[in-house]
Amino acid sequence: MNGSLMRVYFDYNATTPLAPPVIEAVVRATHDLFGNPSSVHYFGQQAKALIDEARSAVATLLNGDPSEVVFTSGGTESDNFAIRGAAEALEPTGRRHLIASSIEHEAVLNTFKALARRGWRTTLLPVDQTGIIAPDRLREVISDDTAIVSIMHANNEIGTVQPVAELARLAHERGAIVHTDAVQSVGKIPVDVRALGIDLLSLSAHKFNGPKGAGALWIKRGTRMQPILTGGRHERNRRAGTENVPAIAGMGTAAALAGAKIAAEGARLGALRDRLEAGILKTVPGSAVNGALQPRVPNTSNISFDRVEAESLLIALDLEGIAVSTGSACSSGTLEPSHVLRAMGLPAHRTQNSLRFSLGLFSTDAEVDRVVETLPRLVEKLRGLTRKAG
Amino acid sequence: MSGGVDSSVAAALVVEQGHDVIGLSMQLYDQSDGERTFGSCCTLDDLHDARRVARTLGIPHYIVNLERQFDEHVVSNFVREYAAGRTPIPCARCNSDLKFSTLLTRARGFGADVVATGHYARLDRDPGTARHLLRRSLDPDKDQSYFLFSLSQDQLAHALFPVGDWSKDDVREYARRRGLLVADKPDSQEICFIPDHDYATFVATHSPEAARAHGEIIDTAGRVVGRHDGIHRFTVGQRKGLGLSRSPGGQPVYVLSLNPVEQQVIVGPKALLEKTTLTASEVNWMIAEPSGPLEVTAQIRHRHRPADATLTALGDRRAQLVFDAPQVAVTPGQAVVFYQEDVVVGGGWID
Repeated sequence: MNGSLMRVYFDYNATTPLAPPVIEAVVRATHDLFGNPSSVHYFGQQAKALIDEARSAVATLLNGDPSEVVFTSGGTESDNFAIRGAAEALEPTGRRHLIASSIEHEAVLNTFKALARRGWRTTLLPVDQTGIIAPDRLREVISDDTAIVSIMHANNEIGTVQPVAELARLAHERGAIVHTDAVQSVGKIPVDVRALGIDLLSLSAHKFNGPKGAGALWIKRGTRMQPILTGGRHERNRRAGTENVPAIAGMGTAAALAGAKIAAEGARLGALRDRLEAGILKTVPGSAVNGALQPRVPNTSNISFDRVEAESLLIALDLEGIAVSTGSACSSGTLEPSHVLRAMGLPAHRTQNSLRFSLGLFSTDAEVDRVVETLPRLVEKLRGLTRKAG
Repeated sequence: MSGGVDSSVAAALVVEQGHDVIGLSMQLYDQSDGERTFGSCCTLDDLHDARRVARTLGIPHYIVNLERQFDEHVVSNFVREYAAGRTPIPCARCNSDLKFSTLLTRARGFGADVVATGHYARLDRDPGTARHLLRRSLDPDKDQSYFLFSLSQDQLAHALFPVGDWSKDDVREYARRRGLLVADKPDSQEICFIPDHDYATFVATHSPEAARAHGEIIDTAGRVVGRHDGIHRFTVGQRKGLGLSRSPGGQPVYVLSLNPVEQQVIVGPKALLEKTTLTASEVNWMIAEPSGPLEVTAQIRHRHRPADATLTALGDRRAQLVFDAPQVAVTPGQAVVFYQEDVVVGGGWID
């Protein structure tokens, strides 16, 4: 293929490149600090100190306490731990009802399905075309039988931010505990666990310029949990398994970096995203943004293109060096119709015709220009072929 | 790229020839239920193999989701045909309606001009008329021209069959030399979406009507000689599964025809299986439609020795074929493909 292709990466919601200080931290930890944090000796202590630093950095980013941060292998494990661990701990209460939104990530949805198979009653809150859960929807279904309410903070596909604080208040009134999957909001917008008033929060390092293989579950002090990974006494008996020190070290550095510039970076990305969005809507007829424009994380834009198969446009863009995405991938690597867009009640053609553009740390104006220049031509070509094929 | 050795080598050959190549695999069934491997081809493992081969060749690889189109054009057609007492050839439909249609359109969407596949067949041009022609492959045992009979001129113009000039042995040898992990992968022998050859169960699962169907087995005199649980379980020429061993005369008994309206299976002796004429519909002409009768060799099944016959176009995309010698088990729903030497003259669906 063309070696001089200018590649544009606009898929930060899928994963992010590591910030240079993060790479340094990972390399240093790999190279120099190989000890097992559980070991008593000097080597263990060095490694332990490193992950404690990282723990503090993550806690600071969330406005939580380091003792409330449990390291996991990533967002999916955190979601599993939050829901399964809390459900198991709450079994003695006799509550059997679980509530989540219909636009959650599959890590939450499939965990709910697994629990449903074990006799838990589950409800998914509907959402309208704004892509934002209305608190009334929760009021309608929550009861004294509800054990856990899980509502994501920011949606990974359309970027809308949910009213978690209000939903948490509602849930607590009925005695349910509240989990939020904040994988797509941490590092992009300020996330304050005290202000949100939640009990559990999931995050993942590789979404904020940290390495893959590290995440965390923030557990409010006093919340009853059963571990789902049982074994050694790591993470204060909450999550067994020797810690992934290099990845955790990277996560700590990434958390510190994100926290330091969240406002400035948010403004910068918001401007880039708005320019991209406006540019596309203006130059491509029959294009429209999916979901409310605010509140949204500053980096995401999900746009539908009439009379174009998202899959074809995705491939055409990739061949031009531009990387974006649509809904979640399935195991074979092809694209399923987005459950989020479907849940929002969008007509079928918009669920199959939508692409997600998500920007980040290394995104530039030049890249936005390139995408806005290229897209109309590709869309036109694909539409032309559909017309011919009839 | 199906993940098999033929399409893998086809890809390698076009790369070697200096073309700008993109590898495409089709997702034809829902793979989300990971436990069920739908059939013998195009499973998750096969897609994985295709991806690995693409990586070895240094070409981009994408998986195109054609589940809906596969269901519409191939699977539904398959079920309908069986329920109507015909014996379909889904692979031919897949070629004309999916690989060289939907897939070709998609490929053109991202700038490709041609779809190359691992089919054993050869392309040619008629020097006089400049029409695109299809010929049998070099390896007579692997020839798949039978399944490509319904490709239009436009489709042929955008097709490429790199292994058409190769023997299967040479293809495997090349794959080994080139380091393609699929070199020794066995060929898939059955219809890709029917695991274990159990067509009857598949049809019953996909057609509640067929599942409920039942009726009489009758002889040519109209006498009832047995009962059946759905005509979709039978095909012309079938001997087993009738629940009858022999006719009263002691001869073995075969399915002669199926009546979908009356839900009847008509059986009789082998002699009555032989037919000298047939008519075909939806005929695709590779050469210009002939105005008068044409001497051809015709093949009425994939594994059928082509037989001499006289072909007459009837207009309206129909044709009549008169064999020099009677042929056994002329089966509605199968394709009849007409050849002159190794050139495909055309073909259609047997009425």
